[in-house]
Amino acid sequence: MIVANKNKIVEMANNISENEPSTGRSLWNDARTRFIHNKAATVSLFVLIAIVAFSFIGPYFAVWSNEQIDWNAMGSAAKVGMPSIQSGHFFGTDDLGRDIYSRVIQGTQISLMVGILGATVAVIVGTLYGATSGYLGGRVDQIMMRIVDILMSIPYMFVLILLLVVFGRSIGMLFIGIGLLSWLDMSRIVRGQTLNLKNKEFIEAAKVIGVSDFKIIMRHIVPNLLGIVAVYATLLVPGIILTESFISFLGLGVQEPLTSWGALISEGAGTISYDTEWQLLFPLAFFVVSLFCFYFIGDGLRDALDPKDR
Amino acid sequence: MSLLEVNNLQVQFDTTDGIVSAVNNVNFSLEEGKILAIVGESGSGKSQTVFAMTGLLDNNGSATGSVKFDGQEILNLSNNELNLIRAEKIAMIFQDPMTSLNPYVRVSEQMAEVLVHHKGISKSEAIQQSIIMLDAVKIPEAKNRIRMYPHEFSGGMRQRVMIAMSLLCHPKLLIADEPTTALDVTVQAQIMHLMSEIQNEFGMSIILITHDLGVVAGNSDEMLVMYGGAVMEIGKTEHLYKNPTHPYTQGLMSAVPRLDDANEKLITIPGNPPNMMLKPVGCPFSPRCNFAINSCSTVTPNLTKITENDHFRACHVPIEELL
Amino acid sequence: MNNEILLKVENLKVNFNVSSEDDMPWTKQKKLQAVNDVSFDLNQGETLGIVGESGCGKSTLARAIVKMVPANSGKVIWLGNDLLTLNKSQMRQHRKQIQMIFQDPLASLNPRMNIGEIIAEPLRTHYPKTPETDVKLRVSDVMEKVGLLDNLVNRYPHEFSGGQCQRIGIARALILKPKLIICDEPVSALDVSIQAQVVNLLMELQEEMGLTLIFIAHDLSIVKHISTKIMVLYLGNMVELANSNDIYENPRHPYTQALISAVPIPDPMIEKNKELILIEGDLPSPVNPPSGCVFRTRCQKVQEICSKEKPEFKEAAANHKVACHFSD
Repeated sequence: MIVANKNKIVEMANNISENEPSTGRSLWNDARTRFIHNKAATVSLFVLIAIVAFSFIGPYFAVWSNEQIDWNAMGSAAKVGMPSIQSGHFFGTDDLGRDIYSRVIQGTQISLMVGILGATVAVIVGTLYGATSGYLGGRVDQIMMRIVDILMSIPYMFVLILLLVVFGRSIGMLFIGIGLLSWLDMSRIVRGQTLNLKNKEFIEAAKVIGVSDFKIIMRHIVPNLLGIVAVYATLLVPGIILTESFISFLGLGVQEPLTSWGALISEGAGTISYDTEWQLLFPLAFFVVSLFCFYFIGDGLRDALDPKDR
Repeated sequence: MSLLEVNNLQVQFDTTDGIVSAVNNVNFSLEEGKILAIVGESGSGKSQTVFAMTGLLDNNGSATGSVKFDGQEILNLSNNELNLIRAEKIAMIFQDPMTSLNPYVRVSEQMAEVLVHHKGISKSEAIQQSIIMLDAVKIPEAKNRIRMYPHEFSGGMRQRVMIAMSLLCHPKLLIADEPTTALDVTVQAQIMHLMSEIQNEFGMSIILITHDLGVVAGNSDEMLVMYGGAVMEIGKTEHLYKNPTHPYTQGLMSAVPRLDDANEKLITIPGNPPNMMLKPVGCPFSPRCNFAINSCSTVTPNLTKITENDHFRACHVPIEELL
Repeated sequence: MNNEILLKVENLKVNFNVSSEDDMPWTKQKKLQAVNDVSFDLNQGETLGIVGESGCGKSTLARAIVKMVPANSGKVIWLGNDLLTLNKSQMRQHRKQIQMIFQDPLASLNPRMNIGEIIAEPLRTHYPKTPETDVKLRVSDVMEKVGLLDNLVNRYPHEFSGGQCQRIGIARALILKPKLIICDEPVSALDVSIQAQVVNLLMELQEEMGLTLIFIAHDLSIVKHISTKIMVLYLGNMVELANSNDIYENPRHPYTQALISAVPIPDPMIEKNKELILIEGDLPSPVNPPSGCVFRTRCQKVQEICSKEKPEFKEAAANHKVACHFSD
């Protein structure tokens, strides 16, 4: 018969060499490693960072501001307003003689800001709403989700256009309109995940310990939701940008002299038969590339944060 | 000639973190009509051994060595060739009967499919034979029940259905991979009792994979103890229980609480199950072994015969020092 | 072991409302009796083992005691207070004294917190003003008690094995020095050699800290090893309650007898010569339990009275209660 040898146990303990607390390998670290291995996502991340950097640094290289009118090119953009380094119009001019390079920079700033800020608000509101609804369950959950259902059934574009027409076009109104409705999807997704998490044993453990409901939501549920929230947030940004672009395309978006990608594309598309392709192509290129980047990053995040990591 | 002869079986998996050796140099043989229990904990390689034999390894797994069934080499045969052997010569039942049965198809269809495919008989004839087999495994009202879906059966009933399905073609070897682990203890007793009755009636050999030393004691002629992908000890069940000659086997026997024993304390094996990602050097049990000597962590011990017939152990430490 | 009664459960009933898949939305939901009239006393220092098979209600019983699941009627009297009548903040005070460890060791730990934070959580929850250095000291203390090295405190649950995760769970349950720990199948998911480690650890800690345990499992061998008295449940009903040795040497209820006979003993001689009592048939539906004695549909000793009259759960011998008409 063998006897559990105390010396053996001590010896094994000593084999674990470090005596200082070692840093753990958290799940975020694992996810980051996986993300980096996803080439499309990493490249997209760099391209996106480059575009954002461009919108900050670009103005330093601009020869013309976004409001200045080049009287030479006015009215004859097809002949004189072509993209060239000498004239200072790197991306060409539009029909009014305005420098497209600077306008594109401004469009980038506005569109990205609307997209990212809008998504941030949607994420925060949607996550808190969905997590609370899912966690509390029962009648509260039913009521909260019916409200979401009702809001979701409102035709989004219709309401947005109505708001902008009635209350006037301003960037503030745009925010309100988009913000009112874009958190709904997120709240549904978060609620679903919360329902899933609610039954896990570590939540039960927290309840038995006596942790308050609020702390359980903030400490146990939300951190475990962040994965899926991050994925959907990166997919929300292009969605909002698209909405804003469509509104601007219709002529209801940001007011002049402010501009956005949608507005620029709208103008560029309008003059396409006049041999001034650059007016459309430059803003369109930025628009499309940025959206692709967001989608690839979102995909990469989803793969990296896949819970099947154990 | 034995029904089954396994020699130098190695199983490796090609993973993103490197090559994992799941099974290292496993040797055993099984006679007709005998029951062999393969015992081990997580990481022991017991399931991968039989998966390799029946061609069920994952895509990134590869097996080398020799597995001779009825004189024929069956290791690494193509799927088509293996399909001639599966069900007819070797049948297998798994731990979770719910996932082994298709939840969308009636039991009658699933069972008839086996016979129609392997014996070429008509579907109605196949269903008739299936009902007879369900009766043999004591499913009440087999004629009505066979038309039900798997989820309408209880866990124990589903396992009986699996056993019935595996017996349809009267295989010579039945492999049962943890067949009762997911079942209640009274249901387990029913199923093991059924299996021994079936074994007496049909005379087939059984490989029983389990971690439950109680189940092994009552239901096997021979047992094979695995740890960390290697064979630690193999021999007649009675001999191993009476005189376990390997430190791991001894450790296991002491660590299991017995209902008829009023012991004060369980004698445990210190440490944790092996990390199969690390390549084993020497005896895989040496990190946790109380009797380990220097050669244990450098040289892999071979299976050596002990005085009694067919009792082998893989250990560098002489038996006398283990008592 | 003094004779102070820590916990007194009286006539506890837990029902769930269920509807089956082919019900219409207006069909009245059926009642599932998960726990039916369970009563027992628990003295300080004792270990009550609760055994039963799937559907017997043991997990539901445990959760009802800590109010994770609402009870329909009955009393759970802890140190003189009926827990079921307390509101949330009153209950919170008592939660310091009653802790729980769970079946799936990894799932019971928040994957996003490191184990230092996990173990400290009860302390931070109930004593939020404790200075950080004290918290760290207490965590370190309790980690040592359960055999975890101090330098692992920043690691995350998925970096540990099953047995180690269960030790983390035990450390978390111990940090407030509770009086009672309810263990819900704490070793079922672990390897055999690790089960022994954890069981030994629990028994050592119990002796060292004067703990009282409720140990729920389906493995009768382990339950008998660790428990001082054992309660057998079937379909939510108590069928037998006695000291561990008594239950094994002298089981009086047919179900207990069958259960004991079904447990395989690691000894080929004994197993091959054992007289097996096999229960036939399936567990009846808990939505539609048999009238009279719930075990009658599978009992070898069944007689007419069993379907008419539900047997009373009463003493058949000293400290040995059974619910059977023929328990002698």
